[in-house]
Amino acid sequence: MSRVKLLFSAFLGLGTVALVAAQSTAPATPTEAGANQATPQTPAGSPPPPPQAPPAVRVVRPSAYPVRPPADPAAVARGKQIFSANCSFCHGSDARGGEQGPNLIRSELVLNDKDGELIANVVQNGRLDKGMPKFDLPTADIATIAAFIHSMPVGGRAETTGTVNPLVGDAQAGQAYFNGAGKCNTCHSVSGDLAGIGSRFTDVRALQGVMLSGAVRGESLENPRKTVTVTLRDGQTFEGRLYQIDDFIVSLTDAEGNYHSYVRHGDYPKVVVKDPLQPHMDMLRTLKDDDIHNLTAYLVTIQ
Amino acid sequence: MMTRNLLLAISMISLAAAASAQGLDPALLTKPATDSWPTYSGDYSGRRFSSLTQINQTNIKDLGLAWVSHLPAGPGPTGPFARTGPGNPPTIVGGEIDEPVPVRGAGRISGAVLQVNGILYVSVPDNAWAVDARDGSILWHYFWKTKGGTHIGNRGMGMYRDWLYFETPDDYLVSLDAKTGKERWHKVISDFNEQYFSTIAPIVIGNHLLVGTADDLDAPGFLQSFDPETGDLQWKWYSEPEKMGDPGSETWPNFDSMRHGGAGVWVPGSYDANLHLYYFGTANPTPAFSGATREGDNLYTSCIVALNVDTGKLAWAFQPSPHDTHDWDAAQTPVIVDGEFKGKPRKLLLDASRNGYFFVLDRVTGEHLLTVPFADTLNWAKGIDKAGRPFRDPEKDATPGGSLVSPDSDGIVNWEPPTYDPQTGLFYVATGEVYSEYYRTEPNVRALQGLNGIQEQRLATMGNYITAIDYKTGKIAWRHLQPSVGEGSNHGLTTTAGKLLFSGDSNNNLVAYDPATGKPLWHTHIGHVSNAVETYMLDGKQYILAASGDTLYAFALNF
Repeated sequence: MSRVKLLFSAFLGLGTVALVAAQSTAPATPTEAGANQATPQTPAGSPPPPPQAPPAVRVVRPSAYPVRPPADPAAVARGKQIFSANCSFCHGSDARGGEQGPNLIRSELVLNDKDGELIANVVQNGRLDKGMPKFDLPTADIATIAAFIHSMPVGGRAETTGTVNPLVGDAQAGQAYFNGAGKCNTCHSVSGDLAGIGSRFTDVRALQGVMLSGAVRGESLENPRKTVTVTLRDGQTFEGRLYQIDDFIVSLTDAEGNYHSYVRHGDYPKVVVKDPLQPHMDMLRTLKDDDIHNLTAYLVTIQ
Repeated sequence: MMTRNLLLAISMISLAAAASAQGLDPALLTKPATDSWPTYSGDYSGRRFSSLTQINQTNIKDLGLAWVSHLPAGPGPTGPFARTGPGNPPTIVGGEIDEPVPVRGAGRISGAVLQVNGILYVSVPDNAWAVDARDGSILWHYFWKTKGGTHIGNRGMGMYRDWLYFETPDDYLVSLDAKTGKERWHKVISDFNEQYFSTIAPIVIGNHLLVGTADDLDAPGFLQSFDPETGDLQWKWYSEPEKMGDPGSETWPNFDSMRHGGAGVWVPGSYDANLHLYYFGTANPTPAFSGATREGDNLYTSCIVALNVDTGKLAWAFQPSPHDTHDWDAAQTPVIVDGEFKGKPRKLLLDASRNGYFFVLDRVTGEHLLTVPFADTLNWAKGIDKAGRPFRDPEKDATPGGSLVSPDSDGIVNWEPPTYDPQTGLFYVATGEVYSEYYRTEPNVRALQGLNGIQEQRLATMGNYITAIDYKTGKIAWRHLQPSVGEGSNHGLTTTAGKLLFSGDSNNNLVAYDPATGKPLWHTHIGHVSNAVETYMLDGKQYILAASGDTLYAFALNF
């Protein structure tokens, strides 16, 4: 199995977890998937994670809105059957709307319904003015329909429910760009600083983010990336890692770990900041999406 | 100590008496005030320009701290060392549930502070205070027990006579007695179950109380007008047409997508008292990051809107981001200027939009006069159409492999207000230029809701600037880079006739700049400046008021 496939399978694994979460009867919880978080790596050939596997890559935020208590799975299953037979023709099998009927997941009435009491009124009486007929369904069955509809995730930041392959580029074209028009090889080498870069990331988007921003891993307040040279009026010069800068002060940590700060008055002291990532930042102004995708596909192959 | 407290108590009583004698006459709001800050932008124009000159370029070096006031949000003093008394009064608690739902990060002052008759009225989500503008003492504190909801901010309060109004994240409009902080009434303004959340500062115009609300789950945005005395609804304007066939409905594929198109109303607008028009921006359409289920321009999402304040009817609309796909609402403060354009005097509206384009419109008719980019990183538009609207490059929508786009979803600007200085004729705005990679992660367009279905990686900030724009030509008069080690931040701006431009910077300073050149003239390091500076005259002294997080700072000349 090639590395590319391995990466994609790891991504599929993640998608499987998300899909399982979306189909479960657990209440929807808005979550945030950090693009830079490493995904757990699935060894080549191993089976996908079992449905119970915790989605370790997800940062779960408490919902800002009350979540519905989980419904009885049997009621949800029965509600889904009844919905398929009676409602899906107009509202879609996923209840998210069709040619005739609106999306029910985000409907004002559904969002205000608790256990089918509002939905029952519409189902049993119809909405004849809007083309919805009456349905002669018992209230208990409508309660299971409500349980089914309420089991689907609702929220402006609701979890992704499927899998998208972010690896869309052409590795050969990426290699040509790396060594040609992109001039990547003037600073980088796939056998030097980038050796094995494809194996360092299981999330293609994380690899791409690092490739584009050039971000140095481990950058922090204690280990800032920018350096600064400060030249005082009398010609004394100090160099070090930039700690802070604004129009009024500049400060640095020198090679011995000593902290120096200088008040800025107009042109003095002279301050020259160097950012090793400046070439990457400048690149963002002109880079084309196709070249980005091709470069990413190429770097994924660098084992 | 006893004596001091007693004196403070006496001064509180006399202050309260002064306030009750006058309240706030809504007619006064049509005249730019110098002795108060009675509404969100100081006056209705949105210019955030003060004619005060006591603090000016000559003496700004002597500007010093007058007082500091820390405003702790929450249910009030608790614990073994808690005590109440003058300057630390007991908290008045309101709300419809027994125990408030825990929320995080809700204590930041990020909106307007009103100053009327020497009293400051301050709000953050679920909390409101009255504070003595002379020394920062707390006169009362009101706390609302929340049911939850998005606690992103509270943009301030509105005032009508002796009554205050503020919104809560769980969608209530609360009216307080300004003298005591006691609740007069509260009412539901939007449906919590549909996941609305409410942050805007209510705006009082005559006997109208204008109140907006927003939603990240596709429910339609709207602006309501209430009677400030009774709280009765006067009119309600939806950001989307209410039925197919209505003007604007032709820009949607069907009724269901139109009536779930988002476009909340979450930043207060400006008002022309002669035209009776209220101008404000609407938020982005939803689903925010894909237009697959909402083909068309999607009126009136991401629009600058002019409503007749008496009827709530639309006079005109202009759409800075037709069919937006990057969460770039047009909810920035529109600025009203009477000035020359191409040699003719005109009633103008200036607007620097989240998508990075600056617009000049005729505010009587909505006629488009000028469109220019005010950031040099923009790469999402293919051009400007005949109506003056930038039109999007569909290839810059979020894709599975990623789209490199500037601005990021926070925009070149966000809610932080700009300023216009009639002395320089320049419009000023704080800008942040960021490149993001936008990924579509949801393969099923039917599953899209609100802001979901994408990931965004912020790659680099190219710079945070104060940008001065000559509205007559659209040319950038100057740009001042705010140096910083890492990510910068955007700030609200204010100018004064003392030839000063106030802003926060990216390294926790409050700064006064020369509005002619952008040269910094004065600063103080108080922490991230979280609102826009305000200024007013009190006892013959000009104050500069700024907030950082949960703390207010007042500055004045020491003489």
